[in-house]
Amino acid sequence: MAQSHVLNSVKVKIIWDRLISVLEEQAKTLIRTSFTSILSDSEDLSAGLFNSKGEMIAQANTGTPGHINSMAIGVKHFLEHNPPETLRPGDVLLGNNPYEISGHLLDLTVVTPAFIYGKLVGYFASTCHCADIGGIGYSPNGESIFEEGLQIPYLKFYSKGVLNDVLKKIIVSNVRAPKEVMGDLHAQVLANEVAIKSLKKTMDEFGLEEIDAIGHEIMHRSEMAMREAIKNLPDGVYFNEMETDGFEQPIKLKCRLTISGDELEVDFTGSSPASMKGINVSLPYLTAYSTYIIKATIAPEVPNNHGSFRPVHIKAEKGSCVHAVPPMPTTGRHVLGQFAPECVMGAIHQVAPKTTIAEGATSIWSIPVSGDDFAYVAFSSGGMGARPNKDGLSATSFPSSVHGVSVEIMETNSPLIIQRKELRGDSGGAGQFRGGLGQVIQFTVESRNNWNLSSIFDRFKNGARGLDGGLTGACGAVYINGVKSTNSKAVYHLKAGDQVELYLPGGGGYGNPLDRPKEKVLSDLRNNYISKETAKKVYKLQQ
Amino acid sequence: MSQLIVGIDIGGTFTDLVALDQRGNRYFGKALTTYPDPSEGFLTVLNEWLNKYHFSLSDITRLIHGTTLVVNALIERKGAKTALLTTEGFRDSIEIGTEGRPDVYDLFANKAEPLVPRYLRVPIKERILADGTEYTPLNEQDVREKVRNLIEEEKIDALAVSFLHSYLNNKHESRVKEICKDMFPNLRVSLSSEVCPEIREYQRTTTTVANVYVQPIVEEYLHRLDSILLKEGFKGQFHMMLSGGGTCTIETACKFPIRILESGPIGGAMASVFYSRLCDFSRLLVFDMGGTTAKASLIEDGNPLLTNGFEVARAHRFTKGSGIPVKIPVIEMIEIGAGGGSIAHIDKLGLMQIGPESASSVPGPVCYDKGGDCPTVTDADLVLGYLNPDYFLGGEMKLNIESARKVIEKKVAKPLGISIEEAAWGIHHLVNENMASAARIHSAERGKNINEFSLFATGGAGPVHVCNLASILDVPTIISPIGAGVGSAFGFLSTPLAFDFVRSYHKALDELDWEHVNQLFEEMEEEGRKLLMASDIDPKDMKIIRSCDMRYVGQSYEIRAQIPNGRLDESSKESIINQFEDEYRKLYVGVHKEMPIDMLNWRIVVQGPEPKISLILNQQHESSSLQLKGKRSVYFDEFGKYVPTPVYERSSLLPNTEFAGPAIIEERESTLVVNSEYDVHVDNYLNIILYRKKDADTGPIY
Repeated sequence: MAQSHVLNSVKVKIIWDRLISVLEEQAKTLIRTSFTSILSDSEDLSAGLFNSKGEMIAQANTGTPGHINSMAIGVKHFLEHNPPETLRPGDVLLGNNPYEISGHLLDLTVVTPAFIYGKLVGYFASTCHCADIGGIGYSPNGESIFEEGLQIPYLKFYSKGVLNDVLKKIIVSNVRAPKEVMGDLHAQVLANEVAIKSLKKTMDEFGLEEIDAIGHEIMHRSEMAMREAIKNLPDGVYFNEMETDGFEQPIKLKCRLTISGDELEVDFTGSSPASMKGINVSLPYLTAYSTYIIKATIAPEVPNNHGSFRPVHIKAEKGSCVHAVPPMPTTGRHVLGQFAPECVMGAIHQVAPKTTIAEGATSIWSIPVSGDDFAYVAFSSGGMGARPNKDGLSATSFPSSVHGVSVEIMETNSPLIIQRKELRGDSGGAGQFRGGLGQVIQFTVESRNNWNLSSIFDRFKNGARGLDGGLTGACGAVYINGVKSTNSKAVYHLKAGDQVELYLPGGGGYGNPLDRPKEKVLSDLRNNYISKETAKKVYKLQQ
Repeated sequence: MSQLIVGIDIGGTFTDLVALDQRGNRYFGKALTTYPDPSEGFLTVLNEWLNKYHFSLSDITRLIHGTTLVVNALIERKGAKTALLTTEGFRDSIEIGTEGRPDVYDLFANKAEPLVPRYLRVPIKERILADGTEYTPLNEQDVREKVRNLIEEEKIDALAVSFLHSYLNNKHESRVKEICKDMFPNLRVSLSSEVCPEIREYQRTTTTVANVYVQPIVEEYLHRLDSILLKEGFKGQFHMMLSGGGTCTIETACKFPIRILESGPIGGAMASVFYSRLCDFSRLLVFDMGGTTAKASLIEDGNPLLTNGFEVARAHRFTKGSGIPVKIPVIEMIEIGAGGGSIAHIDKLGLMQIGPESASSVPGPVCYDKGGDCPTVTDADLVLGYLNPDYFLGGEMKLNIESARKVIEKKVAKPLGISIEEAAWGIHHLVNENMASAARIHSAERGKNINEFSLFATGGAGPVHVCNLASILDVPTIISPIGAGVGSAFGFLSTPLAFDFVRSYHKALDELDWEHVNQLFEEMEEEGRKLLMASDIDPKDMKIIRSCDMRYVGQSYEIRAQIPNGRLDESSKESIINQFEDEYRKLYVGVHKEMPIDMLNWRIVVQGPEPKISLILNQQHESSSLQLKGKRSVYFDEFGKYVPTPVYERSSLLPNTEFAGPAIIEERESTLVVNSEYDVHVDNYLNIILYRKKDADTGPIY
């Protein structure tokens, strides 16, 4: 008995590590073979393995929480529309339902059933942000999903290894960048193939005929560990709210965190009603980011899978800005949705303060530019909030973890000319630990007479709040030809040579600025992370 | 007068020497590495060895050296005060980095601090665009004023220059260098277009900065060594080992010191290449296990697999993305954070974890009795009977088996509800499994089948684990060479003199100007030939290997494929496409027939002949009496219990000795554990080869 026990616990660990490696291989293939910097540089993707019931067993460490956790919820819908008994080897499923998966049409999810020796043992899936999906493009201006692009309702992209030519033709004729979109879709299909090949090897090696048993073990242990982490927190109800820019009017996010025994609930009831414009968040996307921050704060070591989600419940009112229903527009959902984890973290701070950090720039600043003959998007980030024992990280993506893009790659792959991309002095909220700095990005297009920029930004009106006496980080701003924009959501129609300047927000500070050691203030000053004025006025530096 | 070639490798703990005379006799030397000046240890080991064998410095025709000097300077931040000139508007690219986080779920993770602080990163008015054209001319006045200020006010010792798109057009960077030469002839200047002419400003700049940051240290060190050697009568050639294989002159090493970053691992790999030829194995998995990590690398057809990226000085555990990226050719390594000192613990899920925390050498494993109180892999190996408590480091250090048993019982066995032996076996086995898993994935990514490889064991803990690792991987052969402890230095000797060059010429394959391509290759080949000729190599012995980094138009990651030698034209396209598709298919299953192909960096390696090393056959002994050192109780999983096991002293094993496992073979630096699935054979060179028994179970271990 004891003998089998040790082998079991060692074996579980080994197989589990192996499954994660299989998924890393899948993610790496996606990154290396992609035709857009969205995947190859920014890694705006997710890769996961699902058991025969469509529950996520394991995920790649590479990727973004918004994709991973919403894909985890979304795969079951593929199976409702394509019941397992109808699936055959060589089938590949494709869908982009924003309300049921990752929140906007631009994310394409590819699900491949894994047939091993003829038996359907599980599924590999990836969700990737594509270069274009037609409609009005990557813009928050749509007023319904019908304007936002092509809907692909859980269809077979391949059937028994044969490409669905009708679907391909529809996609190709509806998107602005057909080569990039088809190239990346092909990369998704291949990456799942690569993963199935390695899964087969793994199963051969360990003599496994199915993966549900090992999946059950993994999920069970994860669930127990998550419950343990929740149980260690005092029972109670905690509240937080945040104001964001919104589109037509400010949007309020409100959450109520309830800890009761080994279960945890976050209820967003009371948040603002949906916007008329495309910044509404779907429930899976909200859930994805809320569960992410709960795990990252109270249980960072517990693996991320269906089991660890079981004791966590996320609720929101249907039709509100955080529970979009058809046909509400959603293209810019990240700009609001990424505030959800900040809001939840503010509530967690009241019960587990050492696990949380100050607010940061929050939503990623995606920069979609387009013209008659091109569509390009680059990502960039402001500063992270300061931590209870360290400064915040400058120009670092949080909560999304999507990477930025090399200036040289941006200029090679698009007509953009970047004139400036550097840290933004004085943008980090002051504190004993300073908030991370935002950045300044200035660019133009000279080779096209007409081009467009979608502004899907936030924190124009509300800077990142500090904690325990730390001060607020600088707000974001956009200048077009030197004129400051009043609204963070807009579409600009620009001419050749027009100048765009983006000022990305800084993170909030932590602790009283007067407690910051003098040598750190001096060093910040010398490096121009802060100005003389700030050193004098806020940190009371006497020269 | 003798003719000797000598390899000297400075590692973290030891400085090793291996020499060969013209008859193929091998000589070994070892001394402690000295801090802060490693050249002391270098000269100590060299002089002691010369005295011992009555050689003189003038007997040495070639000396090849590798050192951890560069990597230590980067990890410990002990380089020069360095400034960086960048295109105006982009001085923070080395701080902004990828904008990602090294660990998505750890809000407290840090990233590596840039080597140049912001106040020493100076913007210059100039700009080249993505098509290589000039957008803003270089403002030379701006350069002069700023460089003067950096020298006179900031007193910098080194200057890196990295302008946008300089990999396409290096005009501005080159001009800055000329200006600096005129103003301050002694200032060390590194240009990104010379150090790393590749797209992506972040990685190109960090590599350039790291290069010039360590340059003064390397120059000072090598010039001092060189002059001492000359003074004392050394008349041969002094070469440095490069991270990607090949060696270079002292001048090249001083100009591009970043390229000697990791000479130890490549030396180990080259040594195994040599032995693999000797023993006639073409595919090897080199397994090296030390105190905090285990590493493995693949050798195929006598060539180690290389990669073009590396991260040094990681700030967050061993996590990818938390270090400083350095784009130089290095040997591709699989590394897991588990070595002899790695700590076993039970995680929140009730599962055993090994590492990445390590007890290091202080306090060390519990059995060292130096205050360690966490169970380590070494403690488990001792409890299982693999290590001899009275013969660790030849008996210099006693190991306390009782304290090892107690800590494993308390912290692993009891929490899991299992016996001490099962817990110890679990620790030993989990490390092997992790390594096996990493090796399998790595080989799968490369499209190789791991059980067609032979295992080659080095490092202190490597031989203890190698046999059980081989069982998991189902590998038929294991090689444990003599002198594995000085393997890297030996590898230097078996490396041909080689230089590599790269030029960027970014164009689609269908739009190439073939004359231009021919010209690029001719230039590089000419340069390489000159350097080799300066080292007295006959042009007819020179070998040229061409390659190019290629990708489908629109992708941003390249793969390297071979390019045919000789003059190229339209008709060369087909073979180039075939090479590219072969490589692509190996990595990613399928190819995109309809997509056009981009050509980026054109590379050549110009190399001299393989050094001729003829190891003398040791034939005076015939296998006669096999001397048993003793017997002890050792745990083997295939029996599920401790069994009495014969113990041999390695130095007493004669050529052609053969016996069956299980067995323990002890030597001063390590212990080779042979399980019952393998037979032992000692070859003519005193290498131990383990062969898998014919009837051994080849199925999974469970």
